[in-house]
Amino acid sequence: MTPSTDSGSRKAAPASPKSKAIRDNREKMLERSMSRHAYAGNALIEVLHTAQELFGFLSPALLRRVASKLHLPPSRVLAVATFYNFFSLKPKGEHTAVVCLGTACYVGGAVDLVQKLEHRCAKVGATSPDGKVTVQVARCIGSCGLAPAVILDGQILPRVTPDQLDAVIDRILASPEAAPADSASQ
Amino acid sequence: MSVKTLKIDGEMVTGRAGETLFNVAWDAGISLPRLCHVGGLSDVGACRLCVVEVEGQSKLAAACVTPVEEGMVVHTNTERLREHRRLLIELLFAEGNHVCSVCVSNGHCELQDLAVQLGVDHVRLRYQHPKRGVDATHARFGLDHNRCIFCTRCVRVCDEVEGAHTLDVSGRGASLKIICDLGEPWGQSETCTSCGKCVQVCPTGALYLDGASVGEMEKNRRFLQYIVTAREKREWIRKG
Repeated sequence: MTPSTDSGSRKAAPASPKSKAIRDNREKMLERSMSRHAYAGNALIEVLHTAQELFGFLSPALLRRVASKLHLPPSRVLAVATFYNFFSLKPKGEHTAVVCLGTACYVGGAVDLVQKLEHRCAKVGATSPDGKVTVQVARCIGSCGLAPAVILDGQILPRVTPDQLDAVIDRILASPEAAPADSASQ
Repeated sequence: MSVKTLKIDGEMVTGRAGETLFNVAWDAGISLPRLCHVGGLSDVGACRLCVVEVEGQSKLAAACVTPVEEGMVVHTNTERLREHRRLLIELLFAEGNHVCSVCVSNGHCELQDLAVQLGVDHVRLRYQHPKRGVDATHARFGLDHNRCIFCTRCVRVCDEVEGAHTLDVSGRGASLKIICDLGEPWGQSETCTSCGKCVQVCPTGALYLDGASVGEMEKNRRFLQYIVTAREKREWIRKG
């Protein structure tokens, strides 16, 4: 994650999106992030980062607004949003599990982990029907020493075996989550 | 402005500092194979067909994005290069769905012409047969994603010459796709000016005029030089 989005997420920290008032706040925070970068086109990735963190995913309306505020062509914005693994165009589940499929993890048995997640939760790129878990894959997360690795909600699980993953999924599915992922209202 | 002297295929040639190998070779009468370079647009080095060997460098260099340097010794047509180029063409064929016999550009296709020129008589790779679809929503033009080779000429001409930037490339790797605006059907694009420049620069039959039948789509991109010289030099040059 790039450092300059930190200031955005620090301010975003108290916002566990529950009420209407706070939802309005997210729009303001996105606006603030754009104005901090003086609405410069080259801040696109930063702004999309903030938008993704605030809303959980990038809806077409959100992309259109970012494009018009930063004076960028919509196609450019979609091109960038689809290029990076971090950005999601669909609402995510409460939890996100990213399985690394880089060489070291692949050799270490990452495919078994993907199969386990697909069996228990959802296909790669999809969210389980109960909205609990989104399954994703990535090409090398740069932690080859921890292979095979899974990133669960931003935290890295090192040297995972399918059985351990099973236990983690059990824990997730059992725990009633406090802050349900808010599907942004655009 | 400093002048660089170098050797291309044994001939001594000169170029201005900052000029690309491709252009210097072109001025010297050497036409390198290419699918992404078009005079008048920026160069991106996407197709890699213009790769050349530079003595003293083990890596091949894409001529369209390599600036000339003093004392360079360049070879443009060695057996190694020909083999690389053949493989590149085969990769392009295997990656998309290129069926010449039913293509609007059959007989006028830069990909097809290069395959013939380089002697690609068969493809050694497994065809991917991707499911890509066709966008026929525009009133005057069509976009057949199956025939796209991602040279990005259309994207660049839309951005640099027309200035609309309606087109771009979404995704990465095998999921690359030419998009209009936020992925809308072309016919619903708010930014497209329907100028048709993208159609004329497309090297294959991916972009075509609506109504063109097999082999009928001949591209004409003389307008590019006309517009670009007019814009840069305020000179409106037409031949004949």
